Amino acid sequence: MENLKQILADALSAVAASESESALDDVRVHYLGKKGALTALLKQLGNVSAEDRPKFGQMVNEAKDQVQEKITERKASLAKAALDAKLATETIDISLSGKGQEVGGLHPVTRTMERIETFFRGIGFDVASGPEIEDDYHNFEALNIPAHHPARAMQDTFYFNPSTVLRTHTSPVQVRTMETTQPPIRIICPGRVYRCDSDQTHTPMFHQVEGLLIDENISFADLKGILQQFLNVFFEDDLKVRFRPSYFPFTEPSIEVDIMRTNSKGEESWLEVLGCGMVHPKVLEMSGIDSEKYTGFAFGMGVERFAMLRYKVDDLRMFFENDLRFLKQFK
Amino acid sequence: MKISENWLREWVNPDISSDDLVAQITLAGLEVDEVLPVASEFSGVVVGEILGAEPHPNADKLQVCQVSDGVETFQVVCGAPNARPGIKIPFAKIGAVLGADFKIKKAKLRQVESFGMLCSASELGLSDDHDGIMELPANVKTGEDFRAFLGLDDQIIDVDLTPNRSDCLSIAGLAREVGVLNKVDVTPVEVTAANVAIDDVFPVRVDAADACPRYLGRVVRGVDVTAQTPLWMVEKLRRSGVRSIDPIVDITNYVMLELGQPMHAFDLANLSGSIVVRMASQGEKIVLLDGQEITLRDDTLVIADEKAPLAIAGVMGGEGSGVNDKTQDIFLESAFFTPLSLAGKARSYGLHTDSSHRFERGVDATLQERAIERATALVVEIAGGQVGPITHAVNEASLPEAALVTLRRKKLDQYLAMSIDKDLVTDILTRLGLEMVEVTDEAWMTKAPSHRFDIAIEADLIEEVARIYGYDNLPSSMPQAAVNFTPLSESKTQIQVLRWILVSQGYQEAVTYSFIDPVLSKQFLPNIEPVPLANPISADMGVMRPSLVPGLVKAYLYNQNRQQSRVRLFETGRRFIGSVEALADLDQQQQVAGLIAGARHAEAWYHGSEKVDFYDLKAHVEALFALNDGGKPTYERSSCEFLHPGRSADIFLDGRFVGLIGELHPQLSKTLGANQPIYVFDIALNAVLNATLPEYKAVSRFPEVRRDLALLVDRSVPVSELERVISATAGDALKNVLVFDVYQGQGIDDTKKSVALGLTWQHPSHTLSDEEVNNSVEQTVAALSEQLGAVVRG
Repeated sequence: MENLKQILADALSAVAASESESALDDVRVHYLGKKGALTALLKQLGNVSAEDRPKFGQMVNEAKDQVQEKITERKASLAKAALDAKLATETIDISLSGKGQEVGGLHPVTRTMERIETFFRGIGFDVASGPEIEDDYHNFEALNIPAHHPARAMQDTFYFNPSTVLRTHTSPVQVRTMETTQPPIRIICPGRVYRCDSDQTHTPMFHQVEGLLIDENISFADLKGILQQFLNVFFEDDLKVRFRPSYFPFTEPSIEVDIMRTNSKGEESWLEVLGCGMVHPKVLEMSGIDSEKYTGFAFGMGVERFAMLRYKVDDLRMFFENDLRFLKQFK
Repeated sequence: MKISENWLREWVNPDISSDDLVAQITLAGLEVDEVLPVASEFSGVVVGEILGAEPHPNADKLQVCQVSDGVETFQVVCGAPNARPGIKIPFAKIGAVLGADFKIKKAKLRQVESFGMLCSASELGLSDDHDGIMELPANVKTGEDFRAFLGLDDQIIDVDLTPNRSDCLSIAGLAREVGVLNKVDVTPVEVTAANVAIDDVFPVRVDAADACPRYLGRVVRGVDVTAQTPLWMVEKLRRSGVRSIDPIVDITNYVMLELGQPMHAFDLANLSGSIVVRMASQGEKIVLLDGQEITLRDDTLVIADEKAPLAIAGVMGGEGSGVNDKTQDIFLESAFFTPLSLAGKARSYGLHTDSSHRFERGVDATLQERAIERATALVVEIAGGQVGPITHAVNEASLPEAALVTLRRKKLDQYLAMSIDKDLVTDILTRLGLEMVEVTDEAWMTKAPSHRFDIAIEADLIEEVARIYGYDNLPSSMPQAAVNFTPLSESKTQIQVLRWILVSQGYQEAVTYSFIDPVLSKQFLPNIEPVPLANPISADMGVMRPSLVPGLVKAYLYNQNRQQSRVRLFETGRRFIGSVEALADLDQQQQVAGLIAGARHAEAWYHGSEKVDFYDLKAHVEALFALNDGGKPTYERSSCEFLHPGRSADIFLDGRFVGLIGELHPQLSKTLGANQPIYVFDIALNAVLNATLPEYKAVSRFPEVRRDLALLVDRSVPVSELERVISATAGDALKNVLVFDVYQGQGIDDTKKSVALGLTWQHPSHTLSDEEVNNSVEQTVAALSEQLGAVVRG
């Protein structure tokens, strides 16, 4: 008995002292192997009284299990220590940058245009496009702007010859759509437009998104509703919006939409952001749409103006200089 | 149009503040651009009188004046040459404040004491005129507060009127509108017929009666053009931005601003025979008031006499026939020219006047008599003279007719999505001057007033009702129409996706102008005649771009000059090739173009700074085509003028040319000042927008077999040829061919290159035997040898 206790204690301390897998193996053979010390005790079972024999046998077996268990534990712990040591040598500086291409970015005008498109696609508008070198008819005549109409002076036009222009708005795309499609029509027309004007606040090329909705029973209320929603969604804000009478030859009534802006001093002022109106009956008729049956509204906005407001750009001309130090700010 | 608020309030004076009035006008559709003070902020200035002026003892250019404020006399040193005894002037007394920090104090100028300052108009913010001190009329009471005397507690309202509302291009018109908005009465200026004292008439003949349906003329003899225009009129004109010239011209301008009728006055002595209103003869010449000589076209209406044109009708008078400082007798003109006959004419001669601005947009065709009587009364009042009878030349047939317009209840309600009370609608229309011909529950039958010639159709009336009711008071809703969504196509790649493919390769999107310098265009594409603009903004933006590449290269150079050496830019947009004479055939195709230059990767710790090459760019182009279902593009050597002949390719899709890729020609690159190689691509957008709808094919369960081949071929043989022969001969089970090494140089013949290829086979239904694969390899090697002279390296 005393012998068993002593052997067990020796075995456990030998396990604990082993520093390698092979040393552990030696300990196992020494105590648990065929000629091992604990195995030898079992062989002496015959020398024990019949009365004590079962108990003694059980104690020896328990001691064997205990040693085996400790060996397994010790093995796992040694393996883990070895792996930890190996991984420690593999440590890298995780603060260094990743390898590969840095990501570029979209032009702020495109970003803005995509935001506008996303809203209108979401409420069932399709996106239409058309030529930028346009004939006088589609850019002016079909929009109720006959030759020499004073409204032509509102838009300084680039000409190629007396009957061919660079489109001054994307409205000709609306005309082309009306010519080939019967209502219901729900489209937006994003794109480049051109006016012969260049100063601090005008560039000879800029971008517009115009929209057109024609159906039975479309009202002024629908126009107000959609545009108010659009402005709130675009600017992520519950904006104060005002609808102000204006004049465009292709709409009647015509409206300009202002939003309330607050400057850094807390002063409020109205800022015009959109032109719109109910499509002029003549415009519908000229493109073959029955103005008695259908009504509709149209709107147009300058993309750069929205981009400037959204991204706090204060110089319009930056949009077309393609300075990487500017462009890279739009990630 | 600029007007004085006080002048407007003489006509209509609603009980609202200036700010509210401005907001109200704006919300009625007459947008106020800005509101300006009529003079600078100053105080303590009174009307003074110079009693005496002596030369300053110590200064040549100064005078020592004795100035009275009506109570006391002050000594004031003054530098103005026009300071002299007897004149009345604005006198800033001690304690007066001119501008923010300018307080008048007792001063000593060259040892002489001065108690105050005599002011010029510019010092008071009244004009830019600083030629001496401002002289006031003799009848002003000395000592009166100067601000009160000139009514300077007023503001200038600048209204930006839309082309349809020319009826508001006058005090009378704006007053009418303000009256409607506030439901208050308007007090128009009283106009009575002049006392006709003489019988003199000057004959008028209208040859172009369609263009000039009404022409009124009147002779006034014995006017004094040296009379002073009264200060109240000068001030009102000034607040409208009109400079005082002489009393007659001032009066015609004044009546135009007051009533909206442009007028003209001729010197009767310079008229010959009779007034003839006619179309100009082609090539006829006239020297205008501003001194420039104009060669007229025969589409231009002129006022002539028997000898020559005197004025471009409704635009500007001539130099020889106008009022001058010797004029004694005048001929007043008050006419109605139709908008259509004048439309665009002034502009076509590079002119734009207050008169042409009004006539082009429209003038009330019934206003001429009232205007000529008003002008006559003012002439007599200010410059004297004896008045002759009015000569009328009227062609009733071409005068505009009052429009009869019906507004239907049903349409009004449908447009506005609400029902406005019938009496309110009637009231709004009536206040606007429309005559109610008949009003029922279903409709309003109306007749438009002569000043509202813009009202012609039902929608015009809907607009008027909505406008006066207030757009902000109308309801707002979301449209309830059923929406038919278009099917979600997967066979079209969204352009957004293409953009993001490039962005994820490090590109920044650029937007360059669609017009470029014709010189640059020729440098890139000498054989393409770019489409020229007739009126470019500047010479270097003279033609439409035939390619997106020149613009991107310019953007590159811009950045290179700002120390940005690693550049990746792309752009989508149209290019223009063809002629506007054949507009339908003009190519306005949408392109996607890109440019890379500089280091392959942004400078970093893990690599050197090797530069991009052709193959970097080709990978980006391949990525654009990767989503494409139109087959793989093929690349043929390009002969594009702006690309490096050995490092460029034309891109074909199904045999169709769709774009270019390559290094910018080194010569061009050098000419433009680029300091490193630039690589560009330019591809038709529609070539990369056709996506494939993916369709599943069963994945083979059997193992793949790979064999590598190392081949020696002539350098001139493109690798794509090797791939073509392999694909054609390596059997149906061939799954993939890849090139894993290309080598030329030391160790092999200098006309040859070594190409290492990996071929992979896999059969859908059985495991390939060694024998099957070996056979395929043998066939392939034989074909490569036979067709391309390729030799397997030992």
